[in-house]
Amino acid sequence: MQPFSGLALLRRGLSGQRGWTTQWRSPPPKAAYDALIVGGGGHGLGAAYYLASEHHLTNIAVLEKGWIGGGNTGRNTTIIRSNYLFDESAALYDHAVRLWERLSQVLNYNVMFSQRGVMMLAHTVHDAQVFKRHVHANRVNGVDNEWLTPEQAKAFCPLLNTGNIRYPVLGAALQRRGGTARHDAVAWGYARAADALGVDIIENCEVTGIRRDAGGAVEGVETTRGTIRAPRIGVAAAGHTSVIMKMAGIELPLESYPLQALVSEPVKPVFPCVVMSNTIHAYISQSDKGELVIGAGTDAYTSYTQRGGLHITSHALEAICELFPMFRRLRMLRNWGGIVDVTPDRSPIIARTPAGSRPRRARPMCLPGPSRAMSRTRSTRRSPWSASVTVSSSTRRPRPPWRTDDIAAPVTSPCC
Amino acid sequence: MLLIDCPYCGERPELEFVYGGQAHVARPAQPAQVSAQQWADYLYRRDNTRGVHAERWRHTHGCGRFFNALRDTTTDHFRATYKVGEPPPSAAAPVPR
Repeated sequence: MQPFSGLALLRRGLSGQRGWTTQWRSPPPKAAYDALIVGGGGHGLGAAYYLASEHHLTNIAVLEKGWIGGGNTGRNTTIIRSNYLFDESAALYDHAVRLWERLSQVLNYNVMFSQRGVMMLAHTVHDAQVFKRHVHANRVNGVDNEWLTPEQAKAFCPLLNTGNIRYPVLGAALQRRGGTARHDAVAWGYARAADALGVDIIENCEVTGIRRDAGGAVEGVETTRGTIRAPRIGVAAAGHTSVIMKMAGIELPLESYPLQALVSEPVKPVFPCVVMSNTIHAYISQSDKGELVIGAGTDAYTSYTQRGGLHITSHALEAICELFPMFRRLRMLRNWGGIVDVTPDRSPIIARTPAGSRPRRARPMCLPGPSRAMSRTRSTRRSPWSASVTVSSSTRRPRPPWRTDDIAAPVTSPCC
Repeated sequence: MLLIDCPYCGERPELEFVYGGQAHVARPAQPAQVSAQQWADYLYRRDNTRGVHAERWRHTHGCGRFFNALRDTTTDHFRATYKVGEPPPSAAAPVPR
């Protein structure tokens, strides 16, 4: 791996940017690996990187049906936060935020992580009560979160229209350690670092089946590039987790919905933070390129089309225009949809899978899905069932992610 | 936005409808007799079909009635709509538009 440094940038800059090598190899798939990861997005590549770096399991491959960062990793709205209510969720997501804080240095790759603060608006008395409960629960768990009055919210984000709207802002919960990162840089950074440790990253390789032997143990996968054997398989196939897991005969309580986002034309820096509003269904931040990145709610129906109805995005834009009237004349550049795997309680499932009859072998595992988890707003259109996060140990805190001796871990849902 | 063919009213825009989730999920006749797992499956487990999906819709801002539909979740094209109580049509061919 060619390390990046100020000196290296200067040297290449002075020589016409020639001499850079590719960021990762593109090896043909081998016949067998110690483990396979299905899905080359942030979660799959992150899992591969930590398996290689923390657990020294380097004879592994990441199988991606398209190109690296071309799935939900390139479709999310880049928001990072850990202000989740339940102990298990707070522990899991705050662990992620702590990883983010050092990620650029660890990977030697600028993921453009910016802790500009995530502010979630309360528009009703119920919102205010719920958010205050979140604030207190987060603080008990050591996760920063604070309650702001409308005046304080306006001071933190001066563009915010707090009063003259249908659903006035009654206050806000602010997590200052939350923020944004360059979404596809995360995938590229993990891919480059994992590749440097010997992980094979295989693009244009769609998994079409999972093989299990007579005893039920996983043997390998069928792909569009041939059969690949491996005794362990991780699934991080955001939006298609249930489809892949069904190939191994495992049913998961997931439904896949389109979630849309859009960006505006680029403008000079105007927006200092991330603002989310669950009640009126919109969230917004500004990318370093200057585009306003706007997220909408999910569509009503399950779908795998990676697109949704225009009325959903229109609804989000109406909310944005109410909250930030100065954006009313901004033009939108493009919109798109991603597919999110949604659990009944919108919390991740972490558990052993039933596949694999031989101990310490052959368990497909299932890693957190779309990065909707990082930033999602809980849709108020579906009832917020009380959560029951299943963790694989009896302790209340999730075990450190991706331990190889008994991996577990289906899936998240949430949005972004 | 989807154009949905209500079996009672004809084609109407999606805004008039509310999605009702997977169709033909039968509530256990004797809830007290089933196991916790069976009850949880009834409440939460859905097929999440990639392909032709039988689902419920309600024409909330129209006739107000529930009906069922076959929709391809890879294209969002409706194959058919049919009334509650009727078996799903076997017609697998896409509806020409």
